[in-house]
Amino acid sequence: MYSDWIMGAFGGLMIGCAAAVFLLGNGRIMGASGILGGLFDSAEGNLRPERLAFLAGLIGVPAVIHLLDPTPAETGLTGNLALVMIAGLLVGLGTRIGNGCTSGHGVCGISRLSLRGMVATVIYISAGALTVAALRHLTGLI
Amino acid sequence: MRLLIALLAGGLFGAGLYVSGMTDTHKVQGFLDFAGAWDPTLMFVMGGAILPMAIAWRRTQSGTPLTGGSFPAASQAGVNRSLVTGALLFGAGWGLVGLCPGPAMASLSYGGLGGAVFLVAMIAGMLGAIPLRRRLDSRAHLA
Repeated sequence: MYSDWIMGAFGGLMIGCAAAVFLLGNGRIMGASGILGGLFDSAEGNLRPERLAFLAGLIGVPAVIHLLDPTPAETGLTGNLALVMIAGLLVGLGTRIGNGCTSGHGVCGISRLSLRGMVATVIYISAGALTVAALRHLTGLI
Repeated sequence: MRLLIALLAGGLFGAGLYVSGMTDTHKVQGFLDFAGAWDPTLMFVMGGAILPMAIAWRRTQSGTPLTGGSFPAASQAGVNRSLVTGALLFGAGWGLVGLCPGPAMASLSYGGLGGAVFLVAMIAGMLGAIPLRRRLDSRAHLA
């Protein structure tokens, strides 16, 4: 339990350092949904190579760690593919309409004391908590 | 240089997500489960990540990024309809299966069929969001 919290804080420091490298190096906000979503939105300017390089690191490095890890991580994702599909659609829609996700609004926004980031984070955590409460405790679906 | 920095940032982000356990959907849903066996790990991850970024933002008050250009200005949009609507939809999907965009990509290599289905659906949602956001934004201008 406590070791999970320590690894969480340590991994969190790495995430924050990654965001700091992207900000101080390239002048960019490290938001996962924005970097991916910008690939498909012509209004987002010509940063395609930079986005692809970021995504290559984001997908490639955990793949290598997973291969080398003696106790490899598992996602524990539900096998209910209909639920997975609905969730994916909602996450894609919501992060692009709301202009950010856990990394952009959460990590980068809160650390900047951005009102938009703080309000978005309170709303998506509340919506997520309500969803888990409704599906786990009322219907037992998840 | 810009590409190398992007690759390094992406890799470090992915490694941090892996190490922190945030690609485990049970940990994420455990954090959102305030009525059950609450798992605070995500809070430690957030706290750990906000710390270096708070220092980085202070350093943006003067100077320019290493590769030139300028630091991103804060959005002037304020708390508007699209921010609230988007965060509500995102949170609902996040709670449903415990994946958000960063971990969905970081776990792509070991997330199996479900992980791939999530990513494809998420990209479809992102494409669908483009016209929707325009409508919400234009209504905000009229209001």
